[in-house]
Amino acid sequence: MSEYVIETEKGKWEIICGLEIHCQIISKSKIFSGASTEFGDDVNENVSFVDAGMPGMLPTLNQECVHQAIKTGLGLNAVINKYSEFSRKNYFYADLPQGYQITQFQYPIVGEGFIDIDLDGGITKRIRIERMHIEQDAGKSIHDIDPHKSFIDLNRAGVGLMEIVTKPDFRAPEEAGAFLRKLRSILRYLGTCDGNMDEGSMRCDVNVSVRPLGSDEYRTRCEMKNVNSVKFVMQAIEIEARRHIEVYENGGEICQETRQFDPVALTTKVMRKKEFAHDYRYFPEPDLPPLILGDELINKIKTELVELPDAKKSRFVKELGLTPYDAMVICENKEVADFFEKAATGRDAKKVANWLMGDFFAMLKKKNLEISHSPVSAENLGKLVDLITKDVISGKIAKDVFEIMAETSEDPEKIVEEKGLKQVTDTSAIEAIIDAVIASNPDNVASYKAGKVNLLGWFVGQVIKQSQGKANPALVNKLLKEKL
Amino acid sequence: MAVDNDTVRRIAFLARLKVEPEKLEDTKSEFNKILEWVEELGEVNTDNVEPLVSVNNEALSLRADEVSEGHISQEILKNAPAQEFGYFVVPKVVE
Repeated sequence: MSEYVIETEKGKWEIICGLEIHCQIISKSKIFSGASTEFGDDVNENVSFVDAGMPGMLPTLNQECVHQAIKTGLGLNAVINKYSEFSRKNYFYADLPQGYQITQFQYPIVGEGFIDIDLDGGITKRIRIERMHIEQDAGKSIHDIDPHKSFIDLNRAGVGLMEIVTKPDFRAPEEAGAFLRKLRSILRYLGTCDGNMDEGSMRCDVNVSVRPLGSDEYRTRCEMKNVNSVKFVMQAIEIEARRHIEVYENGGEICQETRQFDPVALTTKVMRKKEFAHDYRYFPEPDLPPLILGDELINKIKTELVELPDAKKSRFVKELGLTPYDAMVICENKEVADFFEKAATGRDAKKVANWLMGDFFAMLKKKNLEISHSPVSAENLGKLVDLITKDVISGKIAKDVFEIMAETSEDPEKIVEEKGLKQVTDTSAIEAIIDAVIASNPDNVASYKAGKVNLLGWFVGQVIKQSQGKANPALVNKLLKEKL
Repeated sequence: MAVDNDTVRRIAFLARLKVEPEKLEDTKSEFNKILEWVEELGEVNTDNVEPLVSVNNEALSLRADEVSEGHISQEILKNAPAQEFGYFVVPKVVE
C-alpha cells in the first residue's frame, strides 16, 4: 500500500494510531459467577449476588474463560504468561455495582504477539500486539427511556472480556480496518468471541495522534471510546487526525482527553479530561490469588488449536493452486473455507473457487442466506463442476442447472438426467443440425464462401440455439468449418 | 509522605464522599497519622524478601463453566432506591 499522508497547504502529516479492543469471551457462565451470559434475556434475570456487588460475595474464576484467553493468545502468536494477577480498577459508575472492575493490570495473562494484515495489492503488514488481559464487563445503562433518569440492566455485568491492546503501528485508516477484519476472523475461527461489533460483543477504542511526515516523535494522543463498526473506526481515525493537524497548524496544542466519535455529524467531541476520571487507583485483587498456568495445559490447548486463516490461506495457494486473493476471500470466514474445501476435494479447485465466488455467493446474497443455510450443498456444487469438466454439460447450461439447484436443492446429475440437458457430443446428431442450418440459409453460406469468414460465429450460434444449448461448442466449430 | 488539603479533597472526590471544609484539617491529620504508622514498615529490611501477594497461600481454584445462578431479579432489586420495569433507576448519568 502506498504511504498514507495527509497534506495541507502548510505541510505533510502522518497518522499514528493504536487500538484497544474489548472482546466478549464465549462461555456459558460469567467470568466470576455462575450466572448465564445469554444475550437478550429479561432484565436483571442473569444476575447473581456476585454480579450485583453484594457485600461478602466472593468471585470464583471460570476455567473456560482462562482456556479461551490462552487459545486467543496463541491465535495472536503471543506469549502466554504462566503467572498473571488480577487487580481492582476503581471508578464510580451506576452500571458498575462493585465500584471497581476486576481486571489484570501489571501481570496480564497474554504478552506480546502479532497479527499480519492483508492490504491492497497483496501486501501484508505486521501489527504488533502489546498485551491481552481478561476482565469483567460492566452492566448496561439506558439513557433514552426518561429525560431525568438512567435505567440499569446488570445482565451483562460480569461477562468475561478479553482486552487486546496493539502497539501504535497503524499509519492509515485502512490498516485499522484490515486489522479488525482479520482479528474478527481469527476469533471466529477459534470460537472464543463471536466478533459482532454491532451487537457490542467486540468494541473498539481508538488512540490517535499525528506528527509531521518524516519525524519520529510521538505527540499527545486522544482516545475515542466504543467506536462500534469497522467503517466508523476508519472514519474516526481520519477525522480525529485532521482535527489535530488543524489545531497544530493554527499554533494550538492537543490535550490528552477521551473523545466521542459522532458518526452522523462526522466529528469528535470531548467526553472527559484525563486527570480526574482516569485515576483508577489499581491495587491487587485480594479475593483472587495469582493465576498460575502449567506447560501441560498450554501445550494441550496448542495441540487442539484449529487451522487459522493464514495457515489455511497458504495451504490453499500451495496445494490447491488458488490465487492469493481468492484464498484470502475464501478463508476470511471459516464456514466458507470449510464449504469450499469439501466442494473442491478431488477436483479442479480453481474452477470450484470461481463458482463459489461467482454464482454461488451471488445466489446467497440474492436470497439473503448464510452459507450454513445454502440450498446448494458443497457436494452438489462439486458435482456440478465435475459435469462441466467432463464435458457432460456446457458452462452455459451449468448456469441453468445451478439455478434449478438453488430452488430445489437437487443433485445436479439428477437434474441433467431428468431434463435431458446432456451436451450432445454425438457427431451425427450435430451434423444433422448443421445441414439443416446450411440448407435454410443459402445467402449467408454464399457470403461466407465469398470471404466473410466472421460469419462462422453466427453459424455456431444458430447450431447451438437449434440444439437448445446442448451441442458442444468446440465440436460444432470444428464440424462447421469442415462442412462450409 | 505527607498529605495536604488538596490531596484530601481529591481523594474525597474520587470516593464520592462529602468532606465539609471545616473537617478538612482534621481529615488531613488523620490521613497523615495512618501514613506515619504504615511508614514504620519502611524500617524493616526487606532485601531478598519476595513480595507477599496474599496471607493465605492458597492456589487459585477454578470453577467449571456451568450456569448455576440467576433468576433472582426480585432479590437483586430489593435494596434498590428506585426500580421500574425490572431495571435499577438512577439519576441521569450521561457524561
